[in-house]
Amino acid sequence: MTAIPSNLSVLSEEVKLDTPLEIAGKMFTSRFLLGTGKFKNKTDLAQSIEASKTEIVTVALRRIDLERHDENILEYIPRNVTLLVNTSGARNAKEAVRIARLAKEAGYGNWIKIEVINDSKYLLPDNQETVKATEILAAEGFVVLPYMYPDLYAARALVQAGAATVMPLGSLIGSNRGLKVKEFIQILIDEIDIPIVVDAGLGAPSHAAEAMEMGADAVLVNTAVATAGNPALIAQAFAMAVEAGRLAYLSKLPPPKNNADASSPLTGFLYDQSR
Amino acid sequence: MHIMINGQKKEIFAAQNLREIVDRFSSNPAALIAEVNGTIVKKAQWDAVSVNDGDTIELVSFVGGG
Repeated sequence: MTAIPSNLSVLSEEVKLDTPLEIAGKMFTSRFLLGTGKFKNKTDLAQSIEASKTEIVTVALRRIDLERHDENILEYIPRNVTLLVNTSGARNAKEAVRIARLAKEAGYGNWIKIEVINDSKYLLPDNQETVKATEILAAEGFVVLPYMYPDLYAARALVQAGAATVMPLGSLIGSNRGLKVKEFIQILIDEIDIPIVVDAGLGAPSHAAEAMEMGADAVLVNTAVATAGNPALIAQAFAMAVEAGRLAYLSKLPPPKNNADASSPLTGFLYDQSR
Repeated sequence: MHIMINGQKKEIFAAQNLREIVDRFSSNPAALIAEVNGTIVKKAQWDAVSVNDGDTIELVSFVGGG
């Protein structure tokens, strides 16, 4: 009898071969970043954070409701999870910088996701303004994770500006359409030396797995988790998909071919006759 | 006197410091950040900063976001 457990030890060795995700000198085991917007209630949010095993979550900064301000979302986010404040609402670099400085004042660290959007129809990030904001904030000591449209020149400018990661969109934000700009994300993966975090548009665990198989360092998902029928369940599914995709990438996936190539030997068929 | 707070005009009856203003509008100031006339005011200084007629105040905090 062949010892079956040997396969399992191979698997666990593969897992150990993976290096942690490093962003600005901080190590992360999880490569799944979770957004906290659009959740129906705080129970779903808390359960999803737990099920996702995420170590980085995003939040936004907004004016409080003067008639009724009592909730603090941070109460639902475990203290060991790194808080990444986004600059959503910013229409240019100046507004993003202002939001970042305000966020830092709250005392929950200096990690900032630059999000500059000046188009209300497509909600596409403005790469030029994003580079400007990154430059200013990185110089002030912020850990800057810029959300961007996957463009090689912009990505290089972001690296030059001091970005800690580059976060290209997969498709339109909140669209759940997956990797519509896959080839351009691949260029960033191949050419940019800082972590690539695919953000926006990932609508199913298979999309997340696909991004990880390509060699993305991590993914960020919000809408697909928050608006699912069972957010905690899909959060777990995403976490598994991210891990599966990562292992597949580390395994060095064989390339696709145009021709058939039998999996079983082409010799020794039962019906072969020697003539 | 009147102040602008989060884009709304509000009437304040007596001179107050920033902490009193915060307490009036928020029951959970733990993760709240205040800006007076475009300048961030650290929590430790809320008692010392007086609010004057015509001041513009922003009170912000964290919410869910992607």
